[in-house]
Amino acid sequence: MRHLFDFYRTTMKLAVITQLQYRTANYFYMIGMIAEPIIYLVVWSTIARAQGGSVGGYTSGSFAAYYIVWTLVRNMNIVFTPYGWEWRIQHGELSAALLRPIHPLHRDIAYFAGWKVVVIILWLPLAAALALLFRPELHPTWPGILTFLLAIWGAYLIRTMLLWCLGMLTFWTTRVSAIYELFFAVELLLSGRLVPMALLPSWAQHLARYMPFQWTFGFPIEALVGQLTPAQLLMGLAMQILWIGIGLAGVGVIWRQGMRAFTAVGN
Amino acid sequence: MPNNTNAIQVTDLCKVYRVPVREAGLTAALRSLVQRQTREVAAVAGVSFAIQPGEVVGFLGPNGAGKTTTLKMLSGLLQPSGGTVQVLGYTPQRREAAFLRQMTLVMGNRNQLQWDLPALDSFELQRAIYRLPADTYRQTRDELIGLMEVGDLVHKPVRNLSLGERMKMEFIGALLHRPQVLYLDEPTIGLDVTMQRRIRSFIAEYNRRYGATVMLTSHYMADVEALCRRVIVIHHGHVRYDGALSGLVERFAAYRQIGISLAEPTDLSAYGQVVASDGGRTTLRVPKADAARITARILADLPVRDLTIEEPPIDDVIEQVFAT
Repeated sequence: MRHLFDFYRTTMKLAVITQLQYRTANYFYMIGMIAEPIIYLVVWSTIARAQGGSVGGYTSGSFAAYYIVWTLVRNMNIVFTPYGWEWRIQHGELSAALLRPIHPLHRDIAYFAGWKVVVIILWLPLAAALALLFRPELHPTWPGILTFLLAIWGAYLIRTMLLWCLGMLTFWTTRVSAIYELFFAVELLLSGRLVPMALLPSWAQHLARYMPFQWTFGFPIEALVGQLTPAQLLMGLAMQILWIGIGLAGVGVIWRQGMRAFTAVGN
Repeated sequence: MPNNTNAIQVTDLCKVYRVPVREAGLTAALRSLVQRQTREVAAVAGVSFAIQPGEVVGFLGPNGAGKTTTLKMLSGLLQPSGGTVQVLGYTPQRREAAFLRQMTLVMGNRNQLQWDLPALDSFELQRAIYRLPADTYRQTRDELIGLMEVGDLVHKPVRNLSLGERMKMEFIGALLHRPQVLYLDEPTIGLDVTMQRRIRSFIAEYNRRYGATVMLTSHYMADVEALCRRVIVIHHGHVRYDGALSGLVERFAAYRQIGISLAEPTDLSAYGQVVASDGGRTTLRVPKADAARITARILADLPVRDLTIEEPPIDDVIEQVFAT
């Protein structure tokens, strides 16, 4: 365990050093990403005003809070994508990783976690600028803040596991990007990314309960800006742990099968 | 190490790939939708050899001979289709951590270092991956940096290094955990002559200092001549020769080269095939069995200033092996 901790610390440190070198590129990337929530924010604020000040309990101010926190959660959701797996295999990066006495999943978790540290630091002034512009209304509680700080990392881990499972399909097919597009469409609709979960039709909310997506997006945001009860906060964290476990089990099974396929043909 | 004293033991190793085949054209494309045709290609077909601890062995063969496939099976990246492999007592395909900590595979065309950071940072990551105690790590790192003479380069970002300098760093990174088995696949590819020489002496020194077992593939025969007493020649997935490098020349060199210096340029084509002629110096290629007789004739017929009989270059000999 001590050695694993040392590996995580060293890898995260390298990621921080590397990504700080690319701070300008990271910043431009984050600024470019803001267009999406601002469009959602403007649309929903307009609808709220047209409906007498609020829609589904959300006012212009609470929409602003939701979509400003959205920008951080979106960044926490960025992990090694399935697109990268093909590149990773073709360029021999996976073969090199297999020769090291540590599972490549650890490297991905540690490296992207280090990158997130840089992202959070860069996000703070961006969030301040957006707050000045859109005047968010939020009344966070201490349990909410604490849950949010844990939930953004929970979201990161769930999404890492899910996209690892998808990416590993590259062991059998070169058409993973098509599957990822389908995954992405469902995720967009049922995660709280496009619209807060409370505004979804009841059938969609029901469907979302059986999927991992809201725990990667809607739940962390609502933990901070919503009015979740302590029981709901704890339930949310428990659901995240459950989905991390399911994702990890999926990774284990697919990895074992995938290794059989990969070491049969190699690269 | 197991009871078996060999560092590497390979018995009847096979690797068969199943590759899809399809005729050209629309009809064939449609047919392949319902009936996928494949054929089997044996990349390695019953290879056996044993390598003692501390040996440096050249693993030679033309492109597609099965060298890299074999090395990948020996390092655990590929599952054999048949036969057995034991390396330091481990079965490589299981990729046990204890095995991976004792071996390394260096491929000349692959870069494992962090591109944007100084090599020292990548070395630090290797320390964490291989769980090296801080003191041992620092000692080995400084020793390898000294051997490679790159003390002034380790602080520069890898992207700013030349190809040769990067290769030196790759070697240091790959050997920081002091592996007992080294697989080197074309380690000097693309490097200039000076850098090749530097890498060669580094490998030799590492082998001497740590007693490591080395398997080397290279298309540069200078690498093989400088490092390997023993060579294994593989062609079409079969071992064609396994023995001393000198024995390879003895067995497969069908000719000798006679170098003759005369006072004046003279046509010597009557004595053998002229392969080079530079002023008074001529190089003849003659059948090995006739070398002594032709030499005697030349000495009797011509005013020879100097005469040498040499074995042909190793590249030519290897070519001969593949041709048989």
